[in-house]
Amino acid sequence: MIETLPQEEAVKVERQGFDVDVVCVGFGPAAGGFLTTLSRSLLHEDGTPRLESRVMPGMPLQIACYERADDIAFGVSGVATRARGIHKSLPDFKPDAVSMAAEIKQEKLLYLLDPIGASRRPRSLRIADRMIRASRWLPWYDEWAVTLPYVPPFLRKHGGYVLSIGQFMQWVGSELMASGTVVIWPGSPVKGPLVEGDSVIGVRLVDQGTDKVGAPSDGFMPGMDVRAGLTVVGDGPVGAVGRQLDEHFGLPEGHHQTEWAVGAKMVVELPKPVGLERGTIFHTFGYPEPEIFGFLYMHTETLVSAGIFVPSWFHNPVRTSYRYLQYWIQHPYFWRYLKDGSLRSWGAKSLQESGRQGEPFLVGNGYARIGEGSGSTNVLSGSGVDEAWTTGALLAESVIELVETGQPFTRESLEKTYVARRRTSWVESEGRVAERSRDGFNRSFISGMIGMAMAGFSGGRLAMPGRRIEPQDRFPTAETYFGDRIPADEIDAIRQEAEEKGIPAHEAFMERSGWPKVPYDGKLLVSQQDALLIGGKVQAAPGYADHVVFLYPELCAICREKVCVEMCSGRAIERDPEGGVRFDREKCVHCGVCLWNCGRPVEGRLSNIDFRAGSGGLHSVEN
Amino acid sequence: MSGYHIVVCGSIVPDPLQTLEPVMGPSGPGLKNEMMLPSVLDPWAAHALFEAAHLAKSQVGSKVWWVAAAPKGKLQQLMMSIGQKVPFELVAIDASAGGFTESWEVAAVLAEAIEGIQGLDRSRLLLFGGWESASRGAGTTIQMVGERLGIVDQFQGVDEIKVDADGALQILERIEGGRHQVSVCSGPPIAVGWATGRLPEPPNNPQVGMMNMRTVMPALQRARSVQLNTADVAFSSVELPEQRRNTRIVKDAAVEAIAQEIVDWIREG
Repeated sequence: MIETLPQEEAVKVERQGFDVDVVCVGFGPAAGGFLTTLSRSLLHEDGTPRLESRVMPGMPLQIACYERADDIAFGVSGVATRARGIHKSLPDFKPDAVSMAAEIKQEKLLYLLDPIGASRRPRSLRIADRMIRASRWLPWYDEWAVTLPYVPPFLRKHGGYVLSIGQFMQWVGSELMASGTVVIWPGSPVKGPLVEGDSVIGVRLVDQGTDKVGAPSDGFMPGMDVRAGLTVVGDGPVGAVGRQLDEHFGLPEGHHQTEWAVGAKMVVELPKPVGLERGTIFHTFGYPEPEIFGFLYMHTETLVSAGIFVPSWFHNPVRTSYRYLQYWIQHPYFWRYLKDGSLRSWGAKSLQESGRQGEPFLVGNGYARIGEGSGSTNVLSGSGVDEAWTTGALLAESVIELVETGQPFTRESLEKTYVARRRTSWVESEGRVAERSRDGFNRSFISGMIGMAMAGFSGGRLAMPGRRIEPQDRFPTAETYFGDRIPADEIDAIRQEAEEKGIPAHEAFMERSGWPKVPYDGKLLVSQQDALLIGGKVQAAPGYADHVVFLYPELCAICREKVCVEMCSGRAIERDPEGGVRFDREKCVHCGVCLWNCGRPVEGRLSNIDFRAGSGGLHSVEN
Repeated sequence: MSGYHIVVCGSIVPDPLQTLEPVMGPSGPGLKNEMMLPSVLDPWAAHALFEAAHLAKSQVGSKVWWVAAAPKGKLQQLMMSIGQKVPFELVAIDASAGGFTESWEVAAVLAEAIEGIQGLDRSRLLLFGGWESASRGAGTTIQMVGERLGIVDQFQGVDEIKVDADGALQILERIEGGRHQVSVCSGPPIAVGWATGRLPEPPNNPQVGMMNMRTVMPALQRARSVQLNTADVAFSSVELPEQRRNTRIVKDAAVEAIAQEIVDWIREG
């Protein structure tokens, strides 16, 4: 295949390529479910092929899986899962097989009050808080938190597992590799799909040996074309291949992907047990802002995952997941457990929170979508890993059926098999219950909570209506958001100082509006930059192009709020004192929040930021 | 027959970005959560492997074997990232690689594995390995492997090997002051402990990966399990160098400014 290089020089590059039967993009839970299920059916007991390859006759299906991250253990997710799909695929699975895995023994749902007084709570919530404080002698009150009398059934994870997604995927990958039937290649970002007409015929890997804009430099090697009968797209909500397919084919009528969240988490090691049993999990809401949900999972008696979700419907122009996470862990209810702990790991990822409403075309000629990018996340139960795994397993069952019956991977055959399986699965039925459950949050926090309860308890028959808001329309100005707490001239001064120093403005805005300074202790409370090194262990190999590209820098130059800078999980996007913004690949954790936190829409795109396939990122195995 | 038979000895070390914590266990010292830590190919051995592949590519008829002693599961995971770099045939030994082993014992295991390689022509043998190691740099392992294999021409701290027109090998060994000692050797067998070499890390090549994997997985399945016995070695204590972290990211600073800042920082300490 011949293509013109991005900088439009008159240089033609001849690309090498090779053929496989199935190419899989991304190695997350969905690909884990797909490959685990498929790999077990490739061979007969005598070692002869059960599913024969078309590209290598006489051999079993030739399958290659390409993962962007540098290792299969570098994923991020705070996982408490019921593990129904995982158990179906792996009936003998025992948590003891995987480091940091534990059976969920105890589950609590907490409403957190604001002990600082800086949180922006609606009047109704403030009244409720005062009433709760007045009755703090009641047994369900403890350290500025109320334990709800029970966990609604749609939220419950009891009987499932707490997992480190890094450790779990490392174990799954090792099992797959040991089978000798599947090859997984980490450190291999996929540039995009190879589309011919209305068919996907494989993928192209990213170019190597380039400078930061993609021009050839030392050791240039054009990304190879991997041609495949079936391209399995499981690259998550911000994956380059899935988004390019969405741009090419569009979304089904009535579907949208306007709801997002960033999940940020820490893994904390405690010096000694603090009285919380292994397998204890907490879900929280109410603090540091009502819109921010939190979690704490006990992997062992001294190893803890703690994290928050900052959603797109939290309309704050300086929303910063890292800083809010620091306030969350310092909430008195949890700080008594965590205060002597040390940061072992840290990470962040985007979540596609439109759920089933964001479902793309699941199949087409030569391709199928699985996992979070296929709209499988259940936004009511806050569950995505098991759902993603299950979609992968369902696709594998379909592939087995199609290969055994000699059918090609066409849209029609994939619809009759994979889509049909999905439509009758628990992922679909529970996804339908959940699909309108969060609409109310676009009106207010209270409406959102009522809407979740309505959808959850009515099996999806009832929901709180809410209007659909595009991501770029969600950002109030700092004057609007902070105007009641900070005089306009001070807002201007804060913004001016941030521009001149090339730093985010969230620290100044938050501290001026009542949030205290974070008392860094060098162990658990560390700066965002130190978290990159101590917890995220972020790295970017040379020889790859920048994967975050500002399409029209002139739009960035006139953007006042620069929410991308405020929201960036690794502070990889900073204000450029010379105007606009700049990107530093060596600090990027590949969470993709910049994609949906750009206030400058571009015709036909989600934002002015193009989030491409890129190398590097977190080197943390415990997230 | 032309070309070299290049055997590279190399193993895993924890990903350098991880936080390491030595602990004393019932069977001696080790790293806390060692099996959870991601691993990379020891950077010194990586240079040896990449130089071997580069040399093999330029010398028709050459072949590269990679002999690795490490926990099989970790080795398997490493193959996912290194397997796409250069062509090789893996000889796997399932053994500890935590850095708390004696180099003579590791050398014996490696030498035995090399002696067992089918089709290896010892008269064409170039024994490659790291001059040092990122886990515990004894700096003696390759030397002892060479001795056990009867290789008397040994070179340490090597940055470059050139093949002359007459087949002689011109070898650049590091000496003090940033200079090299140039030796000329008539030919194999030789043992080479590589310093950093001069080659960049090769890009990932999916075709190389698919080719390597056809032999890697059988090699891992055949891996002989070896217990490295450290019972005769007493570790009185193990500890990491004390670390102080003071992070500040600055781009494009002048070399002089960086040096001055380091000097000031040391003086403060």
